[in-house]
Amino acid sequence: MATRVIAGKTVQVNDEGFMTVPGEWTREIAAELAKEQAVGELTPAHWKVIDFCRQDAAGTGKAPTLRRITTAAGVSTKDMFALFPKGPAKKVALISGLGKPEGCV
Amino acid sequence: MAEQANRHVAFICSKGDLDMAYPALIMGWAALGNGIDVTIFFTFWGMDLIRKLRQDHLQIAPVGNTSMKMSMMGVNTGNLGIPNVMGILPGMTAFATKLMKDKMAKLEVPPVGEYLQMLVDGGAKLYACKMSVDMFELTMDDFVDGVQGIVTAGDFMDRTEGAQIIFI
Repeated sequence: MATRVIAGKTVQVNDEGFMTVPGEWTREIAAELAKEQAVGELTPAHWKVIDFCRQDAAGTGKAPTLRRITTAAGVSTKDMFALFPKGPAKKVALISGLGKPEGCV
Repeated sequence: MAEQANRHVAFICSKGDLDMAYPALIMGWAALGNGIDVTIFFTFWGMDLIRKLRQDHLQIAPVGNTSMKMSMMGVNTGNLGIPNVMGILPGMTAFATKLMKDKMAKLEVPPVGEYLQMLVDGGAKLYACKMSVDMFELTMDDFVDGVQGIVTAGDFMDRTEGAQIIFI
């Protein structure tokens, strides 16, 4: 398992760049990853999604799918694609320090 | 990372059966979620996916379906098929359709209309086939919101240059 330094902290990542230990995640890391993913500065709207994903994953043990986020967090599909352009499913999970979502919907 | 042409996947949907509606929806949604552009071209029976009249009424028929087995109804009968002669009984298609819809709902897979709207919201481009539209005597009014236009096969080729094309 590889490690890398994000926002001054050494964390475990897999070969696709997803963090593998959710506990190592910090809000500073999220901000850094968001820039790398071309999402830009994180706004309260972004944080609403990220916080939901963190909470949901804490309960289920896995990253929520896009559909789960839109239905359970009350953020529309359009907004998800506007907040996290070009691949929200993957980007949200990556920025939230979670694994790739396992579901297909 | 250097800016390069975005990956683009195009689906040609030619079937209107309930089970044949989902492949493009599921793969298209996965593509959008991964930042891949999506175009869907609906031709012939595939237009049922975008027709107001038909979208909520897609069905799956047990007649002639060699993969549909009795065991799918929860009976432990292994490879025993549903006899075609049973499949022709009134209500069997409705029954098989309900069975599939229930299973999909259990997996939290949205119905076709809602799923298609998710794809549109995610940026997928939907087109109806000009020749099929003429043949079935349809107009844009027959299609759900989100369908961007009626295009010829040639137009479709122009709009999907460089895309990976999947025929369903």
